[in-house]
Amino acid sequence: MRALTWHGKHDVRVDTVPDPEIVNPRDAIIKITATAICGSDLHLYDSVIPGMHRGDILGHEFMGEVVEVGRGNTSLRVGQKVVVPFVIACGQCFFCGKEQYSACDNSNPADKSDASEVAYGYPAAGLFGYSHLTGGYAGGQAEYARIPYSDFGPIVVPDGIEDERVLFLSDIFPTGWMAAENAGIQPGDTVVVWGCGPVGLFTIKSAIHMGAGRVIAIDHHPRRLALAKQNGAEVLNYHEVKVLEALKEMTAGIGPDACIDAVGMEAHGFAPDNIIDAVKQETKLGTDRQHVLREAIMACRKGGRISMPGVYGGIGDKLPIGAFMQKGLTLKTGQTHVQKYLPTLLELVMDGQIDTTDLISHRLPLEEAATAYKNFHDNPNEWTKVVLKP
Amino acid sequence: MRTQQTSTDAEMASTGFLDNDVHNGDHSSSSIQAVMINRPRSELYGFWREFRNLPLFMANVRSVSGDGRVWIIAGPGGFEVQLETEIIEDRPGEKIAWRSTESADIDHEGWVEFRDNAFGRGTEVRVMISYDPPAGAVGKLVAKVMQREPRIQARRELRRFKQLMETGEVSTSQAPVAAPRG
Repeated sequence: MRALTWHGKHDVRVDTVPDPEIVNPRDAIIKITATAICGSDLHLYDSVIPGMHRGDILGHEFMGEVVEVGRGNTSLRVGQKVVVPFVIACGQCFFCGKEQYSACDNSNPADKSDASEVAYGYPAAGLFGYSHLTGGYAGGQAEYARIPYSDFGPIVVPDGIEDERVLFLSDIFPTGWMAAENAGIQPGDTVVVWGCGPVGLFTIKSAIHMGAGRVIAIDHHPRRLALAKQNGAEVLNYHEVKVLEALKEMTAGIGPDACIDAVGMEAHGFAPDNIIDAVKQETKLGTDRQHVLREAIMACRKGGRISMPGVYGGIGDKLPIGAFMQKGLTLKTGQTHVQKYLPTLLELVMDGQIDTTDLISHRLPLEEAATAYKNFHDNPNEWTKVVLKP
Repeated sequence: MRTQQTSTDAEMASTGFLDNDVHNGDHSSSSIQAVMINRPRSELYGFWREFRNLPLFMANVRSVSGDGRVWIIAGPGGFEVQLETEIIEDRPGEKIAWRSTESADIDHEGWVEFRDNAFGRGTEVRVMISYDPPAGAVGKLVAKVMQREPRIQARRELRRFKQLMETGEVSTSQAPVAAPRG
């Protein structure tokens, strides 16, 4: 089959690779009908996530048609259309029992779990197409994919629904939703979202759906800011205004109730702290760039909440821990417990309550995936979201 | 021509990711590991007590003879090491302890213990594995493999045991090889 594979920093290629096979009884094979490039794939593209090997198939936002099921799988049938959560979860461990699916204790293979256990204290769950730290599973930017524990994770979608309306249930819609949920939004709250990429946009949509009084979105790409505005947010371009001052002014000195970092470890901008972080990251000191998190901590009102869906992988420093403590802030974060949200969010899509397609800027064949990565990386203003068709 | 990058593993080898200061037990060749398994104690005991099941989750155990006494262990360089064992303690549902007999190629001792978690989280499983390598050239090779990472080995075996008991299968991302690798 054809698949997008990783070969090094800024070097991904569509190669011919062996087809996946059923390995375990609960597996299924799906023929992929639509897949997308995630902002977090750009961290792999930039080589800032450890545990990548040459030839790894990328992609964790995908859906398709079931073409084969293992003998232990009694819930999926050949021919069904499914959306696959990017988090692989067994459904039976302590964590799955608590609906903390992205903490699944069983989905990361035993021989792949040592690195994350050392780096994070406990082994991480398995993810599709996201380095050997999270299992080394082949991803979904391909013609076919093997889905482990497929009798638990994938959600069957109704016949006839357009792929694009449900594709983002695989990651960015639930990720934006959980980001808003983690912000503990109360009716009338002021919620600030840093980053108007796909996750930021779904966070804005979710926050408004949950009753936020106002949502303020921060970015510097005009097209992304326009999308945020179109979704009901007030916008700030951080190249034009001083963010902290603007937020203080807009809230008449109270400050935002909830601050959401939808950017993560590769924050842009020329603040002094960010330049130091960028140098450390480039010199492989394992340091994340966390300019947004620092700014969110400073901007948040006293007693407010911080939610951090943005991806971090390593170690950070220079956090304003004093501001965090003295203001009595709360921080919630984590990889998304996708499976927990799927039934609710599928219903919102089916009811037409949330538009899941307005962020798509480009639709390309899988064969052009390498070009798509380059453009998504180099020109984020025009390339807001890419859907690939195998 | 620029240098071709083959992986981003380098960061994992940095000092920030090493755990050389973590030890278990008094001997470098011993390790006690614990894992919580969300299955009844009797079921876990029963599965382990049938030693022929060990190769299902112990990567180094190639095969176990019909009566469960003789274990064939994968050694380095294609060597296979024969380990004849005897049970020295067997408390149904609670504990199994074994050790190698005099005719074994290596001295080995181990036990596994099953306890109900007091707060209903499942069964606490603790395993102790200890090796004393034999003399001679083969012994040195075995020691190299067995002693180097007894802790990691025990940890991985317990993870596989947990996966198998909770989910019915051992998680893997292998096979077929994901892509041509250079």
